[in-house]
Amino acid sequence: MARAKSACEFVAERDESRCVKCQACVRVCANDVHSYDGDTGALFSDYSKCAGCHFCEDICPTGALTIRRNLSDTRENANWTKDYIYKIIRQSENGGVLLTGMGNDRPYRNYFEHIVLNASQVTNPSIDPLREPMELKTFIGRKPDRIEFSGAGKSGGHVLKQKIPPQIELESPIMFSAMSFGSISLNACKSLAKAACDFGVCWNTGEGGLHSELYPYSDRVIVQIASGRFGVNPDYLQRAAALEIKVGQGAKPGIGGHLPGEKVSEEISITRMIPAGTDALSPAPHHDIYSIEDLRQLIFALKEATGYVKPVGVKIAAVHNVAPIASGIVRAGADFITVDGIRGGTGAAPAAIRDNVGIPIELAVAAVDQRLREEGIRNQASLIAAGGFRTSADIVKAIALGADAVYIGTSALISLGCHVCQKCYTGKCNWGIATQDPYLTRRLNPEIGARRAYNLLRAWSLEIKEMLGGMGINAVESLRGNREQLRGVGLSELELKILGIKHAGESW
Amino acid sequence: MERKAKKIVIKENYCIGCRLCEVYCITQHSKSKDIIKTYKGKGPVPVSGICFEEKGSVSFAIQCRHCDDAPCVENCLTGAMYRDKETGRVLHNREKCVGCWMCVMLCPFGVIKIDRAEKKVVSKCDLCIDGAFPACVEHCPNEAICLVDEDGKKIEKT
Amino acid sequence: MEYGQLKERERSGRVPSGCGVSGIMNRTGKVFSGDGILASICSMTERGNGLGSGYAGYGIYPEYADNWCFHIMYDERKARELVEEYIESRFEVVNEEPIPTRKVDALKYVPLLFRYFLNVKNGFAPESAAEEDYVIKTAMDINRNFKGACVFSSGKNMGIFKGVGNPGEIGEFYRIEDYKGYIWTAHNRFPTNTVGWWGGAHPFGILDWSVVHNGEISSYGINRRYLENAGYYCTFFTDTEVITYLFDLLGRKHKLDFELIGKILAAPFWSEIEREKDERNREFLKTLRIIYSSALINGPFAIIVANSTAMVGLNDRIKLRPLVAAEKGEFIYLASEESAIRLICENPDNVWMPDAGQPVIAKLKG
Repeated sequence: MARAKSACEFVAERDESRCVKCQACVRVCANDVHSYDGDTGALFSDYSKCAGCHFCEDICPTGALTIRRNLSDTRENANWTKDYIYKIIRQSENGGVLLTGMGNDRPYRNYFEHIVLNASQVTNPSIDPLREPMELKTFIGRKPDRIEFSGAGKSGGHVLKQKIPPQIELESPIMFSAMSFGSISLNACKSLAKAACDFGVCWNTGEGGLHSELYPYSDRVIVQIASGRFGVNPDYLQRAAALEIKVGQGAKPGIGGHLPGEKVSEEISITRMIPAGTDALSPAPHHDIYSIEDLRQLIFALKEATGYVKPVGVKIAAVHNVAPIASGIVRAGADFITVDGIRGGTGAAPAAIRDNVGIPIELAVAAVDQRLREEGIRNQASLIAAGGFRTSADIVKAIALGADAVYIGTSALISLGCHVCQKCYTGKCNWGIATQDPYLTRRLNPEIGARRAYNLLRAWSLEIKEMLGGMGINAVESLRGNREQLRGVGLSELELKILGIKHAGESW
Repeated sequence: MERKAKKIVIKENYCIGCRLCEVYCITQHSKSKDIIKTYKGKGPVPVSGICFEEKGSVSFAIQCRHCDDAPCVENCLTGAMYRDKETGRVLHNREKCVGCWMCVMLCPFGVIKIDRAEKKVVSKCDLCIDGAFPACVEHCPNEAICLVDEDGKKIEKT
Repeated sequence: MEYGQLKERERSGRVPSGCGVSGIMNRTGKVFSGDGILASICSMTERGNGLGSGYAGYGIYPEYADNWCFHIMYDERKARELVEEYIESRFEVVNEEPIPTRKVDALKYVPLLFRYFLNVKNGFAPESAAEEDYVIKTAMDINRNFKGACVFSSGKNMGIFKGVGNPGEIGEFYRIEDYKGYIWTAHNRFPTNTVGWWGGAHPFGILDWSVVHNGEISSYGINRRYLENAGYYCTFFTDTEVITYLFDLLGRKHKLDFELIGKILAAPFWSEIEREKDERNREFLKTLRIIYSSALINGPFAIIVANSTAMVGLNDRIKLRPLVAAEKGEFIYLASEESAIRLICENPDNVWMPDAGQPVIAKLKG
């Protein structure tokens, strides 16, 4: 039988009238799409290898290249789309699980696009953030029910009876998601770490340990303790601003991780504390956490190890039972919970899992926040939402639904150059992000990366301030869980009920 | 005292090997200063003032260092290689050059290029004397080429 | 729209309103007639549109000073029967009577209005909050579960009188000038749509707290959910209800003084906290704001809150609504407009505009 070629997804169109044959495209493509023939002086492109990352397009000095979708298509069919057909063809050839990268790309309803925000008119003045103070400061950690102090009223002022549980202080409610050194390059880690420190928010090691070159940024790092326990040692815990036990991830709930041995370089081997060249396997569950009481033990083991001066949180994927699970986690002693929705990203995951397991973060945040309030324990832990925040407006909506802060991963990587080609798992990231290849990692100058990631934090924070001001609110804490500021558009009664919001057209 | 020149520094860790520095150097030293016209027009394509080095994953672009104590200037027979008093740059006057290539021999960095046909020096970095800012620095996509002042402080294009 | 529909609309949703507020207190506890407050609030006609006003007076029931006094409005006799049965199951009724009123032609729909002087049946340990919680629970139960009934006052030796009408009509209706109190507060309402429900007028009260409020709270959604987390269920969907419960939670349950409550409801900006020189105090203010972040009231407001021991005026933290204070001897005056004070106190010793977020606290002496 004729062997089907793999799907040719993109076409790199070359405008010969503009191409000056400088060969920059030939030199930079990690997938060897472009080649130069010295004899004829002609440039060729093998489209079948193109990942659609747009690096050549961006590097071309004359704009001669355009990456387009390949229009070659199978017969129109609502069920048997080209995508499904070619997945089957690939699997018939390799007999394996199909891998993919980044977040879910299926068209599940995105509730953010069905939620609109409020603004003040007449009865309540809007506030101009350019002229009035507008506060985004956010604290992550367990808050007591009430303040305890002595010496009220006298000129001596008030004296706290006990210090409140440890908090991390953020200048804006946006943090960088867990992305390990291994899944992304050290330069990408450095970029995000520096941006987070410069802006006064936090970044997250993921499960890859803390490379010594990242120590200067460790006072704003949240370190993960994942099922593989990579890189976890006393020094790692001591350096951190906060600790996060990673139980699950939105892109692959219930699935472990696998960093193939060829990616475990000398540097990664040192950082993860495993032999170079061996596979780094994260088991699907923590083999010391088979129940909520086991989780409690680990939470308190970590608190003991760090002297109760750092918040300890737990990250879970948003699954059907997320609200009761979150409630259990708070009762188990976590100071913050991270919930990662179905659109959460990854460096590598089976496509079948990524595209089908979990629930959207909007519904998960709403359900968790409501459940914790009903149980009167919402103040006992901060809620961090993660998984697919694309704009500042998504963040505002998530906070109004009940999140204390959000983690951004994909958008942070886009600020570093990523074009979401979803080929992270190949290790051939042309942008130098999801790769350990020294030819490629050098492409991300962390000075530029840090500047761009910082710019994104700044821009989104400014936009959040604008939106807050429009609502007549001048501190982000008055938006948090303030669902009155949201209205649904085109949502069913049940969806509105779960989100805890009214439909557009309904007044207060 | 003569002024010291601004300098171009290279950060080989971030050179991605695209060689766009050469493309923009050539364009900047062409008549039209337009990439497409420079390469596809009728006239000869200028020679870049940049030497590109590459081995394995490491690559970098190097150009005239405008040495404070420049052997090429000191040893030039005709004064074709000279230091511009105002800017401190080491420049080359093609009219005066007799093609002895002493400068080429003495250059510690090997960044002076030869024109074998006319037996002259054809190209060396002039820090983009015509432009406000060196073209290679401006267009390096990864900021692997930077311009620094006399004290080593980075100069941004304004 | 029919009365019933209007009422439902107001009971199930928030009605933003602009308003006028006024308050008078004699700090020695000497009682004086409701004439003054009536004149003061009636002078601010531009601040209301005839769709709601009310009064709260403290010290008005000296003969029943130790009894809980419930003011209840009923839509119909049936509701009254059910509620009275419920009250009798929980309290010993010392006295019950219709609230004395005059006929005022302008008032179209007048509910049945009764007052009850009550003792809790089994008694609770003094100093424990249990008795107050019991009273709150009773009032909330009636408001949530008994159709057509609304407890609108539930303190001791104090009472709230309110309804849909302008302050002159409501004052005349309730014979406000017949009562004598040492604190009086009043409200003149400018709702943004037609309202019909007497229970939606202000002041709002629970126990001996009463709140009159001018403003619209942008943080309402989270303030209400914060209170739910603390066990308070809002049944009126008004900003004023939320403010009242916040005062009850912070003042009665968390035992914070008005100074601190002011620092929570109208929290100082982080930049101000950072400027605080004393490190211990800075740490205290920071902690206060971290713990009570969801109790911050955001958006414009000017409120006058009273309980049996104090009257407090407070503005939002960027002062988006007017509030003027004055004093003369033992009297303290608060009002939306200076003219509403000068009308009843020609030569005050002192008149000032309280700064944003700075509470004016008048405490009962002795």
